[in-house]
Formats: sequence, C-alpha cells, structure tokens
Amino acid sequence: MSDASAWLVVWPVLIPVMAAALAAAFWGNARAQGAIGLAGVLGQLVSAIVLFAHVWQNGALAMSMGGWPAPFGIALAADTLGAGLTVVACVAALAILAFGLADTNADHHRAGFYPLVLALMTGVAGAFLTSDVFNLYVWFEVTLISSFGLIVLGGRREQIDGAVKYAILNLIATTFLLIAIGLLYGLTGTLNMADLSLKVADLPQDAVLETIALLFLVSLGMKAALFPLYFWLPAAYHTPLPTVSAIFAALLTKVGVYALIRVFLTVFPESGELAREAMIWAAVATMVLGALGALAEADIRRFVSFTVVSGVGVMIAGLAIGSETALIGAIFYIVHSIIISAALFMAAGLVVRAGRTAQVEDLAGLYKGSPLLAIGFLLVGLSLAGVPPFAGFWPKVYLVQAGLAEQSYMLVAGILLSGFLTLLAVGRTFAIAFWRAAPGDAAPARLTEALQGEGRLLYASLGALAILTFAIGLYSAPVVEASTRAAGELLAPGPYIEAVLGEGALPADTAIRVETGEGGE
Amino acid sequence: MEGAFAILVGALFAISIYLLLSGSLIRLVLGIFVLGNATHLLIFVAGRLTREEPPLIPAGMKFAEAGFANPLPQALILTAIVISFSLFAFLLVLAYRAYQALGTVNTDEMREAEPVRAAPKLRGRDV
Repeated sequence: MSDASAWLVVWPVLIPVMAAALAAAFWGNARAQGAIGLAGVLGQLVSAIVLFAHVWQNGALAMSMGGWPAPFGIALAADTLGAGLTVVACVAALAILAFGLADTNADHHRAGFYPLVLALMTGVAGAFLTSDVFNLYVWFEVTLISSFGLIVLGGRREQIDGAVKYAILNLIATTFLLIAIGLLYGLTGTLNMADLSLKVADLPQDAVLETIALLFLVSLGMKAALFPLYFWLPAAYHTPLPTVSAIFAALLTKVGVYALIRVFLTVFPESGELAREAMIWAAVATMVLGALGALAEADIRRFVSFTVVSGVGVMIAGLAIGSETALIGAIFYIVHSIIISAALFMAAGLVVRAGRTAQVEDLAGLYKGSPLLAIGFLLVGLSLAGVPPFAGFWPKVYLVQAGLAEQSYMLVAGILLSGFLTLLAVGRTFAIAFWRAAPGDAAPARLTEALQGEGRLLYASLGALAILTFAIGLYSAPVVEASTRAAGELLAPGPYIEAVLGEGALPADTAIRVETGEGGE
Repeated sequence: MEGAFAILVGALFAISIYLLLSGSLIRLVLGIFVLGNATHLLIFVAGRLTREEPPLIPAGMKFAEAGFANPLPQALILTAIVISFSLFAFLLVLAYRAYQALGTVNTDEMREAEPVRAAPKLRGRDV
C-alpha cells in the first residue's frame, strides 16, 4: 500500500502548500512571489498529470498518512474523477494566475495574493483527493480561509459588503457539513469514505440516515450554490478582482459539486431517497432561476455570476438523474464549467477595464474598440450557452439523452430552457455592450494598455481558455472517454474501496453488488 | 447522560438559529460562534460518553480493553475548535471593517454590492 507509486497522490497537495510557504517567505518581493506562484501551480499541474496517467493505467490509487492502515489513518485516494478534476483545476489555475500577473498591483501583492492563491489550490486538490469525510471538511476550511483573504483583496466598500455575505453563509454551510459528519460518525463509527460505503449499506434505511443525507445536501448544496441557497454567490462574486472572481467561479462551486457527487455515489449509493427527490427540484430551480437572473442582470459581472449558478444546476441535474450517461454528462460539464467560468470572469473584467463601467446599458461600441476582446467574449459566451461546435454542447447532449431514457422530463425541460435563456442573455449582453455603436461622437471604448507589455498576458490567458473550450468542442473524444471511465468507477466503487481499504476488504456478497453496480432498488 | 447532553445541544442550536435570524451583524457573528460550539458538543456526544475510563493501553498489551472513552471525537473537536476560533476572529475583524466602511451593522442596510437600481432606461429601438 505504501510503495513509491502511492506517493503520487500526495504531490498535488504538497507542492502548492510548500510553494505557498515559500512565497510567504518572500513577502516584500512581488517578482519572486509571482515566479514561485507560477512554478508552484505548474508543478502541481505536472504532478496531477502524472497521477492521472498512473490512475488511468493502474486504477484507483490510495495512500495512508503515516502508514496507518485505513480506516484508522487518514487516507488520500485518487480515482479517475478526483485525479482528472485536479488536472483541469490546475490548467484553469495556471491561466488565471497568468492573468493575475497583469491584473494585480503592488497593494494586492503586499496583502498576500500569491500565497493565498497557492493555499486555495492546496485546499482544492486536497478536497478532490481525500478519502476521509472529516479531512474533506478540513480542506473545505483551507479553501475557505484563503478565499476570505482573496475576496477582500483591495478593500473597496462593495468588497467588504460582498465578503460579509460570502463569509457568513459559507461558514454556516461548513458548520452544517460538520454536523452531518458528526452524526454520520456517531452512526457508523468511521470517517473513511470507502469504509462508510460498506457500513452505510448495512444500516437500516431509516429517518436518521435520511436526515444525515439531507444535511449533506444542504451544506454541500450551499457550497455549490444550489437553489434556494445560492443567493450569496451573486452577492459576492462580482466584487473582488477579476482574477479572484475567475478562480472562485472556476474552482469553489465545483469542489462543492464534486463533494456532492462523492457523498451521494460513494458514501450513500442507495440511501437518502428524500435528499434525491429534493435534489431534482433544486437542480431544475437552480438552472432556470440562474439563467433568468443572468437575463435580468444589468451588471456584466453579476450576469456572469448568475450563469455560474445556472451551470451548477446542470451538473446537479446529472447527479439527480444518476444513470451512467447522466454522470458522463455531469462530469464533462464540470470540466467545461471550470474552463468557461474562469474565461467569462476574465472577459467581464476586461470589459470593465475597457468601458470603465460594469453596467451593460452604459457600455457600447466595444466591438469597434476592442475586437479581440469581443471575439473572445463571444466564443466563451456561445460555449456557455451550449451552441454546437463548442464544449458546452456535448455534456448537454448526454444529459438530455439520459433524462429522456430515465423519463426525468422535468430535468430535460430545465436543461433545454436554461440553455435557451442563457443564449438570450449572452446575445443581449453582446448586442448592447459590443455590437451597438457608441452614442454620438464618443470614442469607442478601447483596451489599449492591455496590448502592451504585461497586458498581453490578459489577452493570452483569456485566449488560451477560449481556444481550449473550442478545441474540446471540436475534439471531445478524450474528455468523453475520461468522463465515461469516471462515471463507471462511481457507479461500481469496488476497486476504489479495495484501493483504500486493501485487498479483500469487500465482503463476498457486497463485492458482487458494488462491482456490478447493481443497487437494491 | 447522553439524553441530557442531547437536550443541551438542541438548546444551543435553538439559540444560534435565533441569533442567526437577527438583522444585526454582531448577533449574526455570535450566532455562528454558538452554532460552532453546539456542533462540537454534538460530535462529542455522537462519539458516546464514557466516564472514568481513559483510553490508555495497559503495559504489555497492544489494545485497550473494550469500554474505554473514545478519543477520536475529542481529536476531531480539537481540530474544529481551532478552525472555528480562527474564523470567528476573522469574522469579528470583518464585522468591524464593515462598520467602518459601510457605517452600519444592520444587514438590511448593507446594499453596497447589490444596490437597488431604477428600471433600465434602455429600450429595444436603441439596440
């Protein structure tokens, strides 16, 4: 269990935390911090790719901290989903950090921008790779603490206001998660997810288990911005630096969605009927209300916040349908959404820079003034709405197919309606802010400074993500293949459980059930 | 014993929810503090209460006899206390900064990030 290859699962967590400490040691030196930040995320990306390649070849990989055998020690474990999402998160973080090199100023560096981003990446990778529910809570707190530092970076009045709402609601959410974990421990006497998976299946499916499942849904749903608990997101995500908004939107809600998938498929594969019923309604409401919010919003950065909310609904729709095809769609959508949310907040930040206002109705003539930005915005906007040649289209195909096959017509209608409304919202924003001629003799808003020196990084990082989403749309086979394997592993967690608990951990009858993935419906 | 603690945990949750529903930021922060403490006590009770049996392994044995107090919930609570204490400190500073920057601790008046706006002046023909 603790041979050399098991160390692979530790590096994606260890590298950024060491880089964060090193960056903090160079507090007064922004150039050195920037170099350490880039090197740290790059190192994390390389280690995540190596881990993913190993998991792809050999199956799930686990490592017990201190060599204490699971379930007594804390185990880190990587399957295709966890390792794959770590890779995608690192890719997005690298582009966002490149954007941040040009977007941040000396004040932000003095307040610890680079160490905070690296600490956030530690928490994200830890949450993707842990196999212990209490450890999951700790990684959530690590991301939360670093995000608190990032959201107030700059200290403008509206940032303080947004931070108050963000901090209070997220703290309540993590406390609810802790309550759920405490009750689950009281019921089963274990915290290890693989061990929980076996023990929960043997428990009577009574009201206590239902309550715990609902508590997990409420707390993680709050983190993931699921209806009716998403109101903190559009209240806060538009206030910080564009770089910080991009990293939050790309990673934080997705960690919540990942945790929901992990808890409801690995820990409670067959429990929590009530929570699953609630999940369907929450997913539909999140998709449609998020898209309606985006359509109604007059502030371009809040418009992007609402599209992030709508996307969360689509992912949870996949989990709520629960068939293999639906999970393929949901996992593909997470990958797509990580890239697209980062790119949209970058584009919105550049729009505000060029037009000096975030109010869509006060912006005009951006296409004439900054054609590159206009094209970038249109590319990511169309991908967001799920127009065919882009990456946003394919996961929706899988989700709609799965929804029709499982007769979840409400979810299918929600996905299609939210896609249509999002397209309207993107079209409206583009027509007013970019396409409309600037009134009178006013010069079109230009983004001149951005095309020189460090400013090129702003365009380069947005362009890289826009090209990436276009490329995934044209050549989606690798992502589909990885999502298919990840979905298969989630539905038949036998190998994951054996990787964590060791060979022969599965009782004979359980082994058959979990390996074939057939539940006792 | 567990029953009495369960009632205490329930009372603490009720108090924290009452405080969380308040419109004053200070009461909200205190509500989160009480909620955290209620949760710590809940984990403690969920790990079962065993009195007068410390989790010590006698000399020459690898495992303790059954019936000793469960040390794991205490380790979990210790972690959670440290985290919630540091976040409580952050929240206090944030509340103070919010009072300085916004001039109010009433959450209904904190509309800086989401201002109430008049209806948009744009019409279809302008596009």
